[in-house]
Amino acid sequence: MKVAFWPGCVSKGACPELYVSMQKIAPTLGLELAELYEAPCTGAGVLTEQNPELAYSLNALTLAMAEREGAALMTICSTCQGVLSGAQYKLSHDEELLQRVNGTLLESGFQYGATTEVKHLLWMLVEDIGLERIRPLVKRKLTGLAVAPFYGCYILRPEEHLGLRERPERSTYLEQIIELVGATPVEYHGKSKCCGFPMLTFNRDTSLKMAGKHLLEAKNKGADVLVTPCPLCHLNLDGQQPDAEGVVKEQIGTPIFHLPQLLGLAFGFEPEELRLNRHVVSTKLALDKVELKV
Amino acid sequence: MKWTIEVGRYDRTQAPKPGTTRPYPPPYENAPAKRYQTFEVELDDQAMVLDALIAIREYQDESLAVRCACRSAICGSCGMWVNGHARLACISKLRDVAQDGKVTVESPPSMPVIRDLVADMTPFWEKNRKVKPWLENKTPVPSGEEYRVPNDAMENLIQEVSCISCGLCLMDCESYGVNPNFIGPAALAKAYRYSADPRDDKTTQRLGEYSKPDGVWDCTHCYECVSVCPKGVAPLEQILKLRRMAVEAGFTDNAGTRHAEAFADSVRDSGRLNELTLMPKSFGLFNIRAQLASLPAAFNMMRAGKLPPIIHHKIPHLERIKTIFKRLGGIK
Repeated sequence: MKVAFWPGCVSKGACPELYVSMQKIAPTLGLELAELYEAPCTGAGVLTEQNPELAYSLNALTLAMAEREGAALMTICSTCQGVLSGAQYKLSHDEELLQRVNGTLLESGFQYGATTEVKHLLWMLVEDIGLERIRPLVKRKLTGLAVAPFYGCYILRPEEHLGLRERPERSTYLEQIIELVGATPVEYHGKSKCCGFPMLTFNRDTSLKMAGKHLLEAKNKGADVLVTPCPLCHLNLDGQQPDAEGVVKEQIGTPIFHLPQLLGLAFGFEPEELRLNRHVVSTKLALDKVELKV
Repeated sequence: MKWTIEVGRYDRTQAPKPGTTRPYPPPYENAPAKRYQTFEVELDDQAMVLDALIAIREYQDESLAVRCACRSAICGSCGMWVNGHARLACISKLRDVAQDGKVTVESPPSMPVIRDLVADMTPFWEKNRKVKPWLENKTPVPSGEEYRVPNDAMENLIQEVSCISCGLCLMDCESYGVNPNFIGPAALAKAYRYSADPRDDKTTQRLGEYSKPDGVWDCTHCYECVSVCPKGVAPLEQILKLRRMAVEAGFTDNAGTRHAEAFADSVRDSGRLNELTLMPKSFGLFNIRAQLASLPAAFNMMRAGKLPPIIHHKIPHLERIKTIFKRLGGIK
């Protein structure tokens, strides 16, 4: 299945392991990734907040590129997903806005017809590829591994933009994937809360307390590892975890997997191929549980 | 139909009996006398969570404390955690929230508790008062008249005026959950309501106040308040309006504005986010303390081989992006 692939800035910046692991598992899943190399940053909500029309126009350009590819737009970043879904919602519900935006895009050579479907890999797995077709691809069951899902915000809220009203089950997909790969999902309250990343530069203390709180809760509920569909959550939960430990004054040491890394392990790839050796928090203890080495 | 209701009981005056407590996310739950008690109630499938609680109080355990009045989402007094999310018990249908016929209700751990399901709303009202939720207008009311404003000036505020002060948004606000000083979603939505009221003549002073620490820039943008609000007030959206108004009014000497500027510059100049320069620019180049505090994390990332490429690549056809920026302006 061909998809217009938007990896987002972070998977090509501070979380290269996400980009690499997605490229690894795509052929296994039968996904042909037509990457949108010419698309701009979504603005991560920061631009939408200060100049909505600027953000809608930039994102309309990306959506128009996918439209030209004739394929759904696939993201691997919840933040990109949230912003693009928000733009798509506005552009497909406000004809005047769409016309103005298309006016702005005139010189770009693109016009947007508001038909692009924006789908995170997580949704693609369940809704388009189908769990029954993924099940036989699992070569290595991750039995005994307790995995806490960490959805974060922008793949769940606001519900109208993200199709959660029509498909409330989207808030259970991570657990379904965790079970599919033979691991055990850990239930905890923080799974749909904010990781704190958006506040990191404004109020570091608050941001790290949020990360520390969810990490501790997951750990205390028995999680060996957290899995997230969002590289920005990964930056705070993994990259900032040593600092978060300082703020909440407890040792945590719980690694965070990107969604494609969890699948990649189950598909039989080696941890290094998925760059599980390139995290701030060591993945060693979690991998020991499934008798793998980094 | 038979429903199982698990109720978080809380009595400050009584310590829990050994073995009756269930662990709750430590260390943020500091209710030593909390215990969970399970009741079974017989109600039809149209019944609300509040119906179940009243049935328990009337027929099974009269000591259960629950606060309610209107039973129709107007008084805003029955806000509580239903299965871990803030909701009004009076409009939550059992069949919508029950999992295998079971519902858990408790006072939200982010608020102090008076007893059982009755949260102490003092923090909510204190925050409300802080934003001065009243008109500040020094001009005397025209004699024999009232302040007159065009109709549509007030129609813009209908969304914010709909707030019933139930406090659900504060209960589930993640920023407030870890920083009790944050003014919070409801009070800031109210703040917008008065800042945007054409009869108020203290708008600039208000925006200055709201831009201070624990104000508009301390919202983490998680949409939880939009999600739980039973009246469509969408507090986050009002907070974002306040941020825009504050930037326009010149209150730009804060990390939030610098962050937005650095973000916009990066997208305009390369089409992509430059993670290397975003953090230092957001802190302010001369904010040595913040710059130093961010160094250990940067070092850890570097050691793991996760530092973004030093040479920041531009996307092809950058002129498309520059044209869009030229047409629509940046962030100011």
